[in-house]
Amino acid sequence: MTTEQQVDYILRLGDNALILGQRLGEWCGHGPVLEQDIAITNIALDLVGQARNWLALAGEVEGKGRDEDQVAFLRDAGEYRNILLVEHANEDFAYTIVRQFLFDSYNYYLHEGLAKSSHEQISAIANRSLKEVTYHLRYSSEWMIRLGDGTEVSHQKMQQALNDLWIYADEPLIADEVDEAAHQAGWGPNLAELRPLVEAKRKAIIQEATLTTPEVGYPQQGGKQGLHTEELGFILADMQWLQRAYPGAEW
Amino acid sequence: MNSWPLWEVFIRSKNGLSHKHVGSLHAADAEMAMENARDVYTRRNEGVSIWVVESRHITASSPNQSEALFEPANDKVYRHPTFYDVPDEIKHM
Repeated sequence: MTTEQQVDYILRLGDNALILGQRLGEWCGHGPVLEQDIAITNIALDLVGQARNWLALAGEVEGKGRDEDQVAFLRDAGEYRNILLVEHANEDFAYTIVRQFLFDSYNYYLHEGLAKSSHEQISAIANRSLKEVTYHLRYSSEWMIRLGDGTEVSHQKMQQALNDLWIYADEPLIADEVDEAAHQAGWGPNLAELRPLVEAKRKAIIQEATLTTPEVGYPQQGGKQGLHTEELGFILADMQWLQRAYPGAEW
Repeated sequence: MNSWPLWEVFIRSKNGLSHKHVGSLHAADAEMAMENARDVYTRRNEGVSIWVVESRHITASSPNQSEALFEPANDKVYRHPTFYDVPDEIKHM
């Protein structure tokens, strides 16, 4: 595994958490009810906390002296390695929940695998995050079922969101040479072995939610390699402007 | 969303202590109430156990009756252990 591949692999973990955390943070003060406002921002904080650990590790492995803040705030869109799913706009609560479930159903099994990593720090971070990720999956599964099997309107909104987001559902499960190398090195799980677990979980919850699994001809991908939708630029503009305008600014 | 019923939340801060009322929240059913309680009331490590109960199941004493209910206890000083001298060495009394 080359250093570049090592950094890429860890950035993927960190960037998924960071970008989804940032997205969920947009709900702060706008949640459908107070309790969900808090629940969603709790998850956002969990993810940003996980991102800090991953990005600090990425900076360490890279060996150019960059800390977690420099890695998070001073990279451009093309250097981000998150999957396309997590950068998708919040739209409404249905999209937010479907996006969360599609991510959690992958992220949970990924973390189970990462917890057994041969890399000591990867395994430590994954073990710590696994409890949070387990709760995230429980939360998003619960809301999938509640809204999918809810009223006629909630069902329709959830199906619409599922149809629109399904093209991004496969990207995290498609291995490229970085994923292969990480698996060979014992750093992370084999995505081919992860796939049936993730697909079974998704199928079971979608079915319980009385929703229909959409058909997709070809999945959208590219995020892991740095090819993003235009959404990411807007997120980064929001997230990074302060560090860019006032370099080194602190509280 | 205003039609969601109100729930009362009780939290046990550590094993051995009793559950204490910490507040209320809205939720559609018991499961959601439990998750909401976890998110709203245990963010800072406040508890090891949660009880939720729908507010309508609680029977409360009426403020109008507080005289009849509570004042008779006021003049029964012998019910309070205030006549013992506690030695200084004994703490936590």
